[in-house]
Amino acid sequence: MTTSTSTICPTGTSEMHLSPQPVGKLSIRNATKIYDPDGVNVLALDNCSMEVEAGEFCVIVGPSGCGKTTLLNAIAGFHDITSGDIFLDDELLCSGTKQAEPGADRIVVFQHGALFPWYTVLENVTFGPLVQGKMSASAAKKEAEEILAQMGLKGISHSYPSEISSGMRRRVEIARAMMNNPKVLLMDEPYRAMDALTKTIMHKNLLDVYDQSRKTIFFITHDLEEAIFLGTRVYVMTTRPGTIKKVIDVDLPRPRDYKILSSDRYLELKQEVIESVHEEAKKAFEAGEREMA
Amino acid sequence: MTQKKPVYFMGINLRKLRKSIFSKTTYRGIVAVIATVILWELCARFEVPIIGMIPAPSSVFSSLVEQLQDPAYWECWVVSYDRVLSGFIIAQIIGIPLGLIMGLSRHLRDLSFPTLEILRPIPPLAWVPTAVIFWPTPEMSMIFVTFLGAFFTMVLNILGGVKNIDVRYIRSAQSLGSSGFDIFRRIVLPATLPSLFTGMTVGMGITWAVVVAAEMIASRSGLGFLTWKSYVAGDYPVIVIGMISIGIAGYLSSAVIRLLGDRLTPWRKII
Amino acid sequence: MQTEQTLSGKAVATQDVSVSSISLFFFRLKLWMKSPTPYLTLLGLSLFILTWWLTTEVWQLPRFEKLPGPVSVVKEWVSEDPAYGISIYTPEYYEHIWKSILRVLQAFGLATILGVPLGLFMGWKKTFKDYTFPVMEILRPIPMLAWVPLAILMFPEREMAIIYLTFLGSFFATTLNTLLGVESIDEAYFRAARCLGAKSRHIFFKVVVPGALPFIFTGLQISMGFSWFSLVAGEMLAGEFGLGYLIWNSFILVQYPVIVIAMVTLGVIGWSSSALIRFVGTLLMKWQSRGSSL
Ligand SMILES: Nc1ncnc2c1ncn2[C@@H]1O[C@H](COP(=O)(O)OP(=O)(O)O)[C@@H](O)[C@H]1O
Ligand SMILES: [Mg+2]
Repeated sequence: MTTSTSTICPTGTSEMHLSPQPVGKLSIRNATKIYDPDGVNVLALDNCSMEVEAGEFCVIVGPSGCGKTTLLNAIAGFHDITSGDIFLDDELLCSGTKQAEPGADRIVVFQHGALFPWYTVLENVTFGPLVQGKMSASAAKKEAEEILAQMGLKGISHSYPSEISSGMRRRVEIARAMMNNPKVLLMDEPYRAMDALTKTIMHKNLLDVYDQSRKTIFFITHDLEEAIFLGTRVYVMTTRPGTIKKVIDVDLPRPRDYKILSSDRYLELKQEVIESVHEEAKKAFEAGEREMA
Repeated sequence: MTQKKPVYFMGINLRKLRKSIFSKTTYRGIVAVIATVILWELCARFEVPIIGMIPAPSSVFSSLVEQLQDPAYWECWVVSYDRVLSGFIIAQIIGIPLGLIMGLSRHLRDLSFPTLEILRPIPPLAWVPTAVIFWPTPEMSMIFVTFLGAFFTMVLNILGGVKNIDVRYIRSAQSLGSSGFDIFRRIVLPATLPSLFTGMTVGMGITWAVVVAAEMIASRSGLGFLTWKSYVAGDYPVIVIGMISIGIAGYLSSAVIRLLGDRLTPWRKII
Repeated sequence: MQTEQTLSGKAVATQDVSVSSISLFFFRLKLWMKSPTPYLTLLGLSLFILTWWLTTEVWQLPRFEKLPGPVSVVKEWVSEDPAYGISIYTPEYYEHIWKSILRVLQAFGLATILGVPLGLFMGWKKTFKDYTFPVMEILRPIPMLAWVPLAILMFPEREMAIIYLTFLGSFFATTLNTLLGVESIDEAYFRAARCLGAKSRHIFFKVVVPGALPFIFTGLQISMGFSWFSLVAGEMLAGEFGLGYLIWNSFILVQYPVIVIAMVTLGVIGWSSSALIRFVGTLLMKWQSRGSSL
């Protein structure tokens, strides 16, 4: 083991793609999605609307199978929506008649991770700029090493993903995203399969990245504590068909650390979220919702 | 917007069926097959080198009508099936227990595995002469070679299946109070079934290949011989009929095994 | 550290511990020598040969007596003046070997050059697969050996017919495994690549090809087995040289020890060829071998 987890917190000034003026405003208006496999209509999203401000850490919570991934995939451009519009910085991203193109301005960090197992960490991180032809190989390598170092991932650049721990893999994936200076980071339950202790380290790391870059982050989870600890606003979704049921402003100060977990305000917010989610979760459970992928 | 309910008929999702029948994929498949047949006919008509030597579909079809009425043709089916089944079943009877024993006992595995590994890379057909020398009747030698084709695949698949059983299943069975033969019957056997059926499917394929070739090399009956005889006699369309018959026969056998496998291992998701 | 345990006691670790590979090798060797495995292996092999020897040459049991025994085979094999003209000292032996290897190389090479790109393309472009796959599926259940008469009819030369047969054997296995390989690639990798701005050609070369590689190599190993399988049949029926022909010819000429020599030779060469493919595979797929080196 070459990297210890105690060095992940980069202190001092950071050069991690500071945008002069935050970009990445997402407006979702009446998004509706019907899946139609096997001739069976499944209404996954029903007139779902939300406004995510530029630079916001937006957290979506909701019971399993309520359409969270569906919404994220529509933004990422992996599939279309049946009707409604989604705008990114006031530009039409997708609508009932137009599917978004996946692109480096909206990078997804996948639920089960999608580092290419056949490439080393370095090759993975430089993948974006190289295929886009934005940087020379040596410049990309230099920048990648810098970003990896900032994220406390020194010394593993020539390892394959199968040789490093799952926590490190997830951080490399975030580094790979940040290399592209995206407008929005789309994260679909990225820490789901992790144990609670690893999770706390991942949270700290992600908050550092967020505090330094102020990217818009669209974060899906069903861990409510994680939601409040990380998010600027928490959007609660209803059971399928999914719409936004409630938006909760998390007015906890940043930079955050674990002290706030015992603050009164945190506990209040947690209570509020639990109340609104629990009812939905019960409905979903009784309907026997299953998750797809 | 309400959700449409699936419509079932005899356990089949009709909407799904309708979607898959009228899909682009089906349509393209039909187009491709028809185009291939037309191309084949044209190649034969215009005597294109190499491919043009294959008898044209039209001539194959007209001689197919004759063949289907000929009892000798059906006799070939029976004979070949007889050989395939005999060899295949003997391979199951010997191969399955051997594979299980080798999977369960490390010592027996160490003892017999190398011999198996030495014999396995020898192509089954290379055994034909030895088999003819050894066995008193040609029929027996052919069944022996057929047996060999399926045997190694069976043993290795079952061995792999047993070795890869998740140890947690055994442990949870133990903690639920079962032991010995119970574990074998309730855990090892079902957990090995999927690889057993994989082995059977592959083995069945090899068996047909071996029988056909063995019939051409060393016999005077069966579908393989029909094909070879038609070549020697210059009755070329029958070669193609023989090949198609062999293809259908092999396909049917594998389909039966697949069906059986799906029935006996319902916990595997049918894709 | 994630480990996954199976009945064979194999544990797959996903974290590296810095032990040099050489000392690890010796450590394992020592463990192996202490276990009963090598001795049982030797015992098993000796038992096999002993049974063969006793039944055919010592007791000469009915029916067994006709088979060539190990002593007569080995004597013939290493004799400088072999009774039937085939031993390690005769050039004919190597000519047969060389001819068979050459045929397999041509057929297998052709099958790989055509089958891998075809399979990759079929997996990559759904439309292309829709048009080609049904035709392949119809042809596939016909065992390659059923093609023998037609192959002889189609090709003016015997040599070409044999190579064509051998080619057919491997072509389907290579193509279908490659296709399976592409289809087994997790959708998330395609999505990740597109997110990172990859164009079609990048996705093909940086996702489809490496992602399918493990299946391609499985396919190549299977198809190498099939090549030898059909080569032997082809040579037996239509050859004028080669190990399959040698087997058949020695049978006709009642030179039984030569049959066994040729069979064993076939086994050794067949085994080595798949070992070679496995080796190339591990070289090309370091990401797999390194990840699970412990
Ligand atoms: N490809 C698909 N085909 C059919 N139904 C789907 C598909 N993907 C998701 N669904 C259904 O849509 C609903 C929402 O799914 P999803 O967005 O994945 O939920 P989650 O909120 O858990 O991420 C679920 O009921 C799921 O079964
Ligand atoms: Mg989801």
